[in-house]
Amino acid sequence: MEIIVNGENKNIDSGTSVEGYLKTLDINLETVVLECDGGILKRDEYPVRILKEGSVLEVIRFIGGG
Amino acid sequence: MLEIAGRKFRSRLFTGTGKFSSSEVMRQALEASNSEMVTVALRRVDLNDPGDDIMQVLDREKFFFLPNTSGARDAQEAIRLAKLAKASGGGNWLKLEVTPDPRTLLPDPIETLKATEELVRDGFVVLPYMNADPILALRLQDVGAAAVMPLGAPIGTNKGLLTRDQVEIIISQAKVPVVVDAGLGAPSHAALAMEMGADAVLVNTAIAVAGDPVAMAIAFAKAVEAGREAYKAGLGTQGSEASASSPETGLGFLR
Repeated sequence: MEIIVNGENKNIDSGTSVEGYLKTLDINLETVVLECDGGILKRDEYPVRILKEGSVLEVIRFIGGG
Repeated sequence: MLEIAGRKFRSRLFTGTGKFSSSEVMRQALEASNSEMVTVALRRVDLNDPGDDIMQVLDREKFFFLPNTSGARDAQEAIRLAKLAKASGGGNWLKLEVTPDPRTLLPDPIETLKATEELVRDGFVVLPYMNADPILALRLQDVGAAAVMPLGAPIGTNKGLLTRDQVEIIISQAKVPVVVDAGLGAPSHAALAMEMGADAVLVNTAIAVAGDPVAMAIAFAKAVEAGREAYKAGLGTQGSEASASSPETGLGFLR
């Protein structure tokens, strides 16, 4: 099934949790914040939140800025 | 010592973390600046090339993070970014930026006031970036801004304290700290703001794009200190006529 991550379409297996998907990425989970379908996800929701067809995931973190 | 919302700062130079050529240059420059508060922005992670993680590059014991809401075009977007910043472990301090026009990056006063009011109600410590408007500074102070951050010139222009007279009024009226932000392009600009009685300055571009950012960070740190010392010492008044520094008496032997 397809989800949208940071504006890009991604194919994932149905039943994948947010945490399961994040593990496929090369990022430090401790320093990112996630929005799923418009709502901020708490860390303890990552393993239990199952991504749905068309889910919109935003993976955000701090970068340099003024 | 400078105090904002109960937090004390020895350094009156706040620094931004954008535009540096590398994370390592940024780290070295910020350490050289002795700055204790640094601004950071929130953006999507580039999933194809995540790059350096600023949370790992900077020692958070040494640098207090002030997340900004850069990129927000209205109060609603700024509030969304504020909530994300808090959820990212950025704490509840915020440099509120609402800049609807990417060409000028000038702050929207109405949306900034609206967002400040709401975020203060939500428990954020809000430092709003604002145009150098003395009335707006009072309004922001009234709704609970922890400091006000009037601009010297548009962001990234390095033009200096073009808003000098307005900032002077803001300083004379403010009950909260005044942090001159944006446009300060040289240590002399920062010194001028401090001599006028600004409580602190925030500098990013001028350090980040300097030929030697580490040396420029040191120059800004010295300028901020010198300006503060001069303010405390009390500047002499300006006059429109010359006033001899050497005695005008005792010259009888010349003529």
